Amino acid sequence: MDMLLFGALPYVAFAIFVIGSIYRYQNGFKYSSLSSQLLETEKLFSASVAFHMGIIVIFLGHFIGFFFPSLFSSIGGTSLVILEIVGVMFGVLAIIGLVMLFIRRVTTDRIKVVTNRMDLVIEVLLILQFILGVVIAIEMKWGSSWYASNMVPYLHSIFAFNPDIAGMVAMPILVKLHVVGAFLIILLIPFSRLVHFLVAPFHYITRPYQVVRWNWNRKTIRDPKTSWDDIQRPKNN
Amino acid sequence: MDVRAQISMVFHLDKCLGCHTCTVACKNIWTDRKGAEYMWWNNVETKPGTGYPSKWEDQEIYKGGWERTKSGKIKLKGAGKMKGLLNIFHNPNLPVIDDYYEPFTYKYLDLIESPQQEMQPVARPISLITGKPIDIKMGPNWDDDLSGTPDFARKDPNLANLTPAEQESMFQLEKMAFYYLPRICNHCLNPACVASCPSGAIYKRGEDGVVLIDQDVCRGWRMCITACPYKKAYYNWNSGKSEKCLLCYPRLESGQAPACMHSCVGRIRYLGALLYDADKIEEIASSPEGDLINNQMDIYLDPFDPEVIKAAAESGVPDSTIKAAQDSPIYKFVKEWKLALPLHAEFRTLPNLFYVPPLLPVMASVTQENDSDGSELNEMSKHWTDKWLYDTSIDEIFGTIEQTRFPIKYMANLFGAGDEALMVDKLKKLMAIRIYRRYKTVGDISQEKSDQALAEVNLTEEDAEGIYYLTSLAKFDERFVIPAAHREQSIEMMESTADVKGSTGFGFIEKPVRGM
Ligand code: HEM
Ligand code: SF4
Ligand code: SF4
Repeated sequence: MDMLLFGALPYVAFAIFVIGSIYRYQNGFKYSSLSSQLLETEKLFSASVAFHMGIIVIFLGHFIGFFFPSLFSSIGGTSLVILEIVGVMFGVLAIIGLVMLFIRRVTTDRIKVVTNRMDLVIEVLLILQFILGVVIAIEMKWGSSWYASNMVPYLHSIFAFNPDIAGMVAMPILVKLHVVGAFLIILLIPFSRLVHFLVAPFHYITRPYQVVRWNWNRKTIRDPKTSWDDIQRPKNN
Repeated sequence: MDVRAQISMVFHLDKCLGCHTCTVACKNIWTDRKGAEYMWWNNVETKPGTGYPSKWEDQEIYKGGWERTKSGKIKLKGAGKMKGLLNIFHNPNLPVIDDYYEPFTYKYLDLIESPQQEMQPVARPISLITGKPIDIKMGPNWDDDLSGTPDFARKDPNLANLTPAEQESMFQLEKMAFYYLPRICNHCLNPACVASCPSGAIYKRGEDGVVLIDQDVCRGWRMCITACPYKKAYYNWNSGKSEKCLLCYPRLESGQAPACMHSCVGRIRYLGALLYDADKIEEIASSPEGDLINNQMDIYLDPFDPEVIKAAAESGVPDSTIKAAQDSPIYKFVKEWKLALPLHAEFRTLPNLFYVPPLLPVMASVTQENDSDGSELNEMSKHWTDKWLYDTSIDEIFGTIEQTRFPIKYMANLFGAGDEALMVDKLKKLMAIRIYRRYKTVGDISQEKSDQALAEVNLTEEDAEGIYYLTSLAKFDERFVIPAAHREQSIEMMESTADVKGSTGFGFIEKPVRGM
């Protein structure tokens, strides 16, 4: 059972996530934030902002810990306490945001029209995942420290294709649930609206404001030497 | 000099009937599908009025367009790299569906399936979003022909800087006047929608300047909705993608006029190419307020100038496009005769839709002739005995323009970026053409007077004939001079419009199924 959940599930989840996301991206039309703000804006404001602030900070925390575990394991004393408090605060922020989003999704007439089952599954899963995370942080002190020293080696071993689940199996049930939850969410990304964060628009920062697209090459179009073969063919049918 | 071609348009407002045929033509082809019901890529507003979405011109509310900073640069008012990315989780400046209106239909089936009963059955309105019964409070043309004036016309954002007396003069019951303002996307030279799109999904086509949203790249960050000051980019709440007027480019590419223009009953619409210098866009869009319109006119190049022709060829503009630019009715109206003006140039997007301002409602004034006893209401018969006369006389050449029914300031707020002199100049030109034609056809005006009128507005008799011809007699091919798309060289699309009806614009043949 442990082998299945911690040795096999991660591979299944990542494989489905990667292949599924690429497959879905073949048709860019299927990637969208699916914003519902046009239909309802007031309740969305605090809910969406709180949730996204929360999840992005928490996500970055896990991410940094994964790549630079030494950064976290070396922290001690007051800095560790502050780090933990910040973590819990953003975790709670995300929970508040998520619960508000969920309520908005199931109670607002106009939003119900643009809600599907997967939206609800994802939001419930995220709520449970965040509650687990916050409970773990409070109950099992100095998570940022033992995450770096005990969990990250397990995660690294997975990415090294040499899973060493011994440390993981020894973890309390809450942590196990949190880890399995994470794999499940990753698995569901290509089937849900979560794909939107894969296409977060960072390239906007470096792009010039105006965008012009040419269907023909203006340098060669008037040149009689340009051969017909070089001319662009329609790609869409 | 980087010469490019731009398909641009002129709408002659004196000729618009307000029949909405254009709107319906557009709706039937492009937006009669789920999530797009509320969109009117082409709409016709009554002015004065609040328009669609309500008060769209008020950028204190919607934060659209560009603004000039103290350093003389321009930045997006409500979007851009900083604001756009910070507000991506919730866009505080996004209009909501109620600013447009909640789309609705009627339960017609209730009429047919109603059992026999004492009362007539009624078809109740239901929302096209939720499917539930709604009370219709507003629609896209609720204020057509000035209906509901206190709620709509009085709240026209263009009245803001008029004195109370000036405003009052527009709303005396017997003297009220209005005109129609048909609107589509302006396919701007400095489009705010393009600049605001975090995904880079919106682009201007190099060949003809049409501004399009790539449906495969749009991610629904909904910033263009805020950024377009004309509110001509719309969010499809069903597909999760933004959409906008595509100037019927599949029709243009096959040499046909856009559906709204083709169907226009008043024949108010003209379409043709303009050549412009793309190197100057930013500089001109950053001009000081007072110079905006004049500078924008300078960006368009003379297609007969050998220098321009040479530069155009070097920039890859085909000969057929240069020829189209020479025959362009837009070039004549905008550059040669300087008769047409952009709408709200102060938004700094350099729009390519120009309006010949309406002379009629502005010019005609009303004089009152009381009966001898001076009473207005006849006690016995309870009918009005006043005689109200439309005075369209032209005794004094431009007399009526100085005593217009619409304050010139109001007109200048729309078409002159606030510049009243510019506005008066256009109205005088229109008046001079009338005087000229009256001298020619009715003959009760002397040649001397007609010559004097034309001279005063710097038009020759040849110009006057040209304006008259293009305004009143021009045939289809003269109103729409469409440069060849050279589909043999490069084709964006080859589908027929009918094949993809019901799908999201063009670009791929697929029903717009919502992403999961
Ligand atoms: C930088 C990355 C991200 C960006 C730019 C982003 C942006 C957005 C936007 C624009 C919306 C639509 C809000 C609206 O209705 O107008 C949205 C919704 C949502 N996002 Fe994100 N997001 C990001 C990361 C994430 C992550 C990491 C998650 C979770 C794993 C997430 C989960 C959600 C969910 C569940 C919703 C739906 C909210 C609802 O309407 O119920 N997002 N996001
Ligand atoms: S009118 Fe609006 S949508 Fe059209 S090009 Fe200009 S900014 Fe973009
Ligand atoms: S079809 Fe022509 S005349 Fe009729 S409302 Fe539209 S622009 Fe005006």
